[in-house]
Formats: sequence, structure tokens, C-alpha cells
Amino acid sequence: MTRFRKKERILPGFSITLGFTILYLSLIVLIPLAALAIKSADLSAAQWWKTVSDPRVVASYRLSLTTAFVAAAVNFVFGLLLAWVLVRYEFPGKRIIDGLIDLPFALPTAVAGIALTTIYAPKGWVGSLLEPLGIKVAYTPIGITIALIFIGIPFVVRTVQPVLQDLESDMEEAAVMLGSYRLRIFFKIILPDLIPPLLTGFALAFARGIGEYGSVVFISGNMPMKTEIAPLLIITKLEQYQYAQAAAVAVVLLLISFALLLVINILQRWSNRRLRTVKGA
Amino acid sequence: MAGIVTNPRTSKKHAVKPHLSEPGIVKYVLIGIALLFLSLIVLLPMAAVLVEGFRKGWEAYLSALTHPDAMSALRLTLITALIAVPLNTIFGLAAAWAITKFKFRGKNLLVTLIDLPFAVSPVVSGLIYVLLFGAQGLLGPWLDKHDIDIIFATPGIVIATMFVTFPFVARELIPLMETQGVTDEEAAVSLGAKGWRVFFKVTLPNIKWGLLYGMILCNARAMGEFGAVSVVSGHIRGETNTLPLHIEILYNEYQFSAAFAVASLLMVLAVVTLIIKSVLEGRMSEESR
Amino acid sequence: MKSFKTFSLVLIAALIVTVLAACGSKNNSSEPSKSNAASPSASASASESPSASAEPSKEVPKDIELLNVSYDPTRELYEEFNKSFAEYWKEKTGGNVTIKQSHGGSGKQARSVIDGLDADVVTLALGFDIDALVEPGLLKPDWQTTFEQNSTPYTSTIVFLVRKGNPKAIKDWDDLIKDGIQVITPNPKTSGGARWNYLAAWGFATKTLGYDEAQTLDFLKKLFKNVPVLDTGARGSTTTFVEKGIGDVLLAWENEAYLALKEFGDNYEIVTPSLSILAEPPVALVDKNVDKRGTREAATEYLQYLYTEQGQEIAAKNFYRPRLQSVADKYKDQFGELNLLTIDQDFGGWNEAQSKHFSDGGTFDQIYTPGS
Repeated sequence: MTRFRKKERILPGFSITLGFTILYLSLIVLIPLAALAIKSADLSAAQWWKTVSDPRVVASYRLSLTTAFVAAAVNFVFGLLLAWVLVRYEFPGKRIIDGLIDLPFALPTAVAGIALTTIYAPKGWVGSLLEPLGIKVAYTPIGITIALIFIGIPFVVRTVQPVLQDLESDMEEAAVMLGSYRLRIFFKIILPDLIPPLLTGFALAFARGIGEYGSVVFISGNMPMKTEIAPLLIITKLEQYQYAQAAAVAVVLLLISFALLLVINILQRWSNRRLRTVKGA
Repeated sequence: MAGIVTNPRTSKKHAVKPHLSEPGIVKYVLIGIALLFLSLIVLLPMAAVLVEGFRKGWEAYLSALTHPDAMSALRLTLITALIAVPLNTIFGLAAAWAITKFKFRGKNLLVTLIDLPFAVSPVVSGLIYVLLFGAQGLLGPWLDKHDIDIIFATPGIVIATMFVTFPFVARELIPLMETQGVTDEEAAVSLGAKGWRVFFKVTLPNIKWGLLYGMILCNARAMGEFGAVSVVSGHIRGETNTLPLHIEILYNEYQFSAAFAVASLLMVLAVVTLIIKSVLEGRMSEESR
Repeated sequence: MKSFKTFSLVLIAALIVTVLAACGSKNNSSEPSKSNAASPSASASASESPSASAEPSKEVPKDIELLNVSYDPTRELYEEFNKSFAEYWKEKTGGNVTIKQSHGGSGKQARSVIDGLDADVVTLALGFDIDALVEPGLLKPDWQTTFEQNSTPYTSTIVFLVRKGNPKAIKDWDDLIKDGIQVITPNPKTSGGARWNYLAAWGFATKTLGYDEAQTLDFLKKLFKNVPVLDTGARGSTTTFVEKGIGDVLLAWENEAYLALKEFGDNYEIVTPSLSILAEPPVALVDKNVDKRGTREAATEYLQYLYTEQGQEIAAKNFYRPRLQSVADKYKDQFGELNLLTIDQDFGGWNEAQSKHFSDGGTFDQIYTPGS
């Protein structure tokens, strides 16, 4: 404990940076979000519960959560693969590919939605190939999932990449000398180190997917109970001038995302610490 | 995204030793799968945007970009990014400094709160400002009395953009500065250096690429944000339309190729900045050798 | 080290530019509000103005700016109409008037006005959305009596757009519930146009087929079973039908259907059902805003100009059904004859229709509630 206190004294700027951080965070994020909670409190507890437990609302939560989860899981695997390929191998055009990973951040979500629909609709480039096989992508949960994979892929790649780059090769070397198989080395030695960043990437992609609107509405078809996502229901409620109900649906969505992020952040810090102690010992 | 340590790619350390790599065939299969995945998910939509944008040829493409409404949308988008990005950069630096250089209670909570805007639905991030500043909102009557326009004017668009791009720089810097620890700074302080000097001479050189990368992403997202801005803009032609909203308008007027032309402008801007950054970065690391 | 210096220089430069930009934008945003603040004092209360003699009259023509907040399908209409009105206003008063346009889904636009978008006039898809402005005190409850004809200078109706040659032989509403027909309509919960679609189908089932309530609901349930995509707005549905090539029939505003024919050529044709609904997209002055901005005179004139020969002509040219008999006669061939239900007589007005059909738990929700 004394060590920490000493540190605080050595480096300057603790109170001012923390103070500024909290002030700015409050002004831009916390106070406005509080306005949301206040608005939803216009409803009585019973009305509140009725709003968020309505079968259509519940169905939309389920859809948003499952598609976001599946998309994040796909990104978990392919994000790792992409990061691996980009860090470990050399191939022509690697730089460009590396730059393109960030594209989903930059492209307006509505444009992404329109472009994806163009490709995956029954008459689209890929959709027309899949149609004879009886696979429908656009206007089904698969379409929603694809949009969310698009939105989420940079989160996973960009969290895993730096860790993979910094990975010490000593352990790998030792394992090779001991005659372990490549696959075994990957699962026993490399993967454990990558789990924390993978989880962070997964969580960010998941949380982002739950709330995504712009890119999804074009490809989802918006059928009630089937392909209607939760953010669309918020819009629907607003459209009927039910601000409080809309806020209630949004608050639940927000709480889910927040809980998810908190758990992951704690998990990550915990595994970081454990990793460090194991390695230090 | 969170925290790409940008330099090692070009540094000497990582020429992967052959015995630590997979056999050729595995390697090419992996590269193949990765590229196929990327093509289906990212490259195809990008190609679709370009193909549709150029469907009517160069002239139509250029005239879509030089239309007065497009120009005014571009101006608003640039103003927005010019305000939002530096403010979020300052915030990101302050937050990363406080979080990584010191220990305090509630750090997990703070980091999570900083992440939160990633997870908030864009629809909601626009809505909260309407609830706060709108005519029916908590501060609405006061603002109305003092004749201050926030919602449906430039300030509202800037604030909503700041919210959406809030975590980018901080998220980039926190893991980076965490791995670097505090030893360099402590050494500088013990040699008698003062606060700002420590930051500019010791910390900043270490994090400059991460910082730049965070700013590039923040900027790209600021220019491309659609959902949140759409809620607070009011869609007044030539006045409160940003580029993404202008794209939506064109699309809704059945000017599909013009819509995609403007979209490709945003896309190209983003990709070019990322490529410039990676080229600069490569040159710098060569210089330092 | 040198590279670091350039780097920090760039950073500092970026910061300076930002501060400048921030100041610049503050100036920008304060300018219009200044002029806003000035104009009401000039026209509404002359107490402080030194030249108290010339009250609101337009001896010195000043430049006026109007904001028309409208719904999606009127883009082409108002683009043409605004030009014509600006010329007319210039001729009449010698002043310049610029009309700014905002378009979007009708409900969303009404919400923006409620939340503080300074619209002088609203021209929305249905009366219900303008009614929503009454409660926050933006306009009077009897706004619909301000202008002639229910404050609706032009009307439209709901028709079918089908693919060339009408391969599925769709003639009337009861063809829409047949197996194997795909119907495209936007979501009545988020689109004004879709509410007219829904009510027209409802009216057909009760009036033409003589169904009772339960049978009618069943009719609509079958109809919506044939809907593969519910876009959020009318324009989205048209795009789905035309660009994506999905569906056999699009339920659309008559004016949107004609516009689609004009934009996308000969691959489509319009089918007029035996019965449809008189869609009345009304217009209104936003009292609170015109008084604040001192634009009442110009805004009133603007809306009245919609009723003139020129205004009606422009509406008809953009495929809205004109009210003025002389213009209606001229464009008679353009619009098919059909029986029209009205919202007031057949559905008891918007408030009743809204709460019965489109509010939470209404008939539209029942269609999608499993087991009901």
C-alpha cells in the first residue's frame, strides 16, 4: 500500500487528470444517460414492467441478444484467425488488408446496411448464388448476424493483434524443443495468453451488436416477433410519441450492455493479474 | 481495436522463426480462409459501394460530390470532426494518464463507463440529447428562454458525435500505457523533470503512434456517424445535414449512384488516412534504426 | 527526436484549428438566432423598435427564411413549389424568401418539431401527426379549420404497383391474400403511408366483403402473412420492390407509384383497386414558431399559395390529386376513378383509428401476436 501512495506522489497530475476525466465523462455520457433513466421513470413500476415484458419487446431482446452473440462468436474465431494471419505471415497486400479491417468503423452504418443488402438480397451478388441452394440471408436472422459481424470484426482483430505481436516466443521455443506439436503449442501456450484480449474484443463486439440500428434495419426485414430488433422497437415507440416507454426499452438494453462490459472488464483484469503472478512465480 | 501497439509490426523483433511457424500448406489455407472471410464481410460491401458509385460514370460521380448540398454537408461534417476529435483526444490522454499511472478505487467501473458509448445504441445516443436539450426536455425551457439552439443545430450534432466517438482515443491509449508502466516517467521525475515536461518528453514519444491511430479512428467514426446524428439533426437541407445524412437523402430520392458516390468519398478518406499512417509509421521506424 | 517535434507541432496545430473552428461555429450559430431575435421585435411588438410607425407591413422588403418540415414523398413536389412561390413572393412584395426543406418519416418529423425544430409550416402525411403538436402548445386544437378543405390542399390515395403485364393478375384487395403473392408495404407503426394502406385494406374487408370485426382481422392477418419485408418508411418499401426486386405488388401512395413509374420506366404498372381511401396529407402553420420568428404573414401566404391555380398545377404535376376543379379537370386522365373511404366518416377520425389499430395492443399488434 505504501508503494502505491508513494507512486501517487512521484508522478504529477493525478487529481487534475482524474478530475477532468470524471467531469468530461459526466457531461458527455453520464448526465445525458441519466436523462434517459429519468424519462423512463415517468412510468409507474407496473407500466414499466408491462412495457419491457411485452412479448414483442421480449422477442426483440431475444433476437438482438442471440444475433449479437452469434456474430460476436463468429468474430471471436475469425478475428483471431485474421489477427494471426496478419501478425505471423507475410503475403502480398498485407498492409492494405490490415488497413481495411478498420473500414466498418468508418463507413456510415446506413451505407453498410444498404451495401450488405445489395449483396445478400435474393437478386444480389451473393444472394443470387445462395438462393438456388435454398439459403435466404437478407430479411432473416442470418442477414442481421452478417451485418453485426461486419460491425464487430475490427473490435476483435484490433484487441488481439497487439497482444499477439508482443507475445514472447521463449515459451514456444521451449515447447518446440520438448517436441510438442504445433496445434498443441497453440492451444496450451499461445491461446491462454490471447484469451483476455479475445474476451474484450468479444464483449465489445457483442455490446455494439446489441444496440446496432443503421446497418441492420435495411437487411433485417423488420417482421414483428421474427426479425424485429430491439433498437427498432425504440424507434417504433417514439413514432407513437411514447417517449417514456421508448426510454424504458432503452434502459433495459443499456443495463444489459453495461453489465456485460463490467463483467468482461473485471474478468480481464483478474486474468491479467493471474497471468502475471503465474509468470512471475 | 482497444489498444493496438502499432510499432512492433515493423520492428526487428518479429521475423518469425521458421521452426515456430506452421507448414506451408497450413499457412496458405489459413491465409485463404481469412481472406475469404474478409472478402465476404468487408471487401464485398466496399466493392459494392464503389461499383454503384461509378455506375453512371466519372462525370456523374464528380457532380454528385460537387453538388452544393454535398459541399455544405461536407463542411458541416468537417467542422464536427474538427471539434469532436481534439476534445476527445484531450480527454483520452487525461483518462489514460489517470487510469494507467495511478491506483485508485473504482478503476474497473471507470473503464467500463468509458467503454459504454460503444455499447449504447446509436438510436439511444441521439435520444438522450433530445430528452436533455429538446423543447420538451429537462433543459429545454431554459434554453428556449435564452434563445440557445443546441438540438437541430451544429452544437447538437457535435455533442452527439462526441458521445459516439468518446471511447476511441482513451481505449487506444489505456492498454498501451498500461504495458509501458511508470518506470520511465518516475525516472524522469526523480531527475527533476516537471509535469508537462515529463509528459511531452517521456510519455508522448512512447505513445504517439497509438495516439495517432486512436485519433484517426475517432475521426473516421466522427465523419461517418449516422444514427445518433440523424436523431438530433432535423435534416434541414444545406444546413444541418452531415455527409451520412446527405447520403440517406440521395438514396431516398432514388439517386442511388449519387448516394454511393458520396459514400465512397467517406470510405476512401478513411482508408487513405489509414494507409498514410501505416506508411509514415514504417518510415519512422526505419529512421530510428 | 526531430520526428517527435514535428508530431507535436501537428498536434498543436490541430488544436488551434479546432479552437478557431469552435469559435467560428459559435458565430455561425449565433447569427441566425440574432436575426431570429430581431425579427419578432420588428413585427410582433414594436415597443422597442425606434421606427414604431411602420409596424409589420413590408415597405422595406426584407429577406425571409421559412422552414417547411415535411414527410418523405413530397421532396419533388416542394422542390418545384418552393421555386414558384419564391418568384411569386418576389413579384408581390419585392422581397426574397428562401424556403428550407426537411424531409423524413412523418412521425419522426412531427417529433422533431415537438422537440424544438423551428418549423414555420408542417406538411405531414396525416392529421394525427399534426395533432401531436397541439399538446405541447405549438398550434391550436382547431388547426385543421385554418385553411380550406380540412387544411388539405391536395390529396392522394392508395394504389397497387405491380410488375409489367401484371403476371400474378392482381386486381383488387382480395387478391392480396392469395397464396404465393408477396405484398410489400412499410410498417404501419413507423410509416404514415402504411397506416393508410392498412385502413384501406380494413375498409375493403368491412365494406366490400361485408366482414365482421373478427373476419376482417383474419383478412388482414392473411394479408400480412404475405408480407416478407416491413420497411420503416414508404421510400424504403419502394426501393425494396423496385431495386431489390422483391415482391409481386407494392402498396403505395398514388403519387409515389407514379413517381416510381417515372423514375424506373416501363417495368411496372399501376393497378387501381375498386375501393381505396382518401389520403389527406394536411398542412399547418406552427403558431408558436411563426410568432417567435415573425414569419406568420409569409408562412400563411406560402400555404395559401398551395391552393392557387399555380400551386394546384404543381401538385397535379407531381401526381397529387388537386382540389381545384379547373386543375382537376385538366388532369382528369391522369388519375383513375375509384370509390374512396374517408378517415373521418369511415374510421371516426385519426384519434379513434390510431388507438383502435396502431397503438400498443391494437389490431395491428394482434396480427402478430402468436395465438390470437
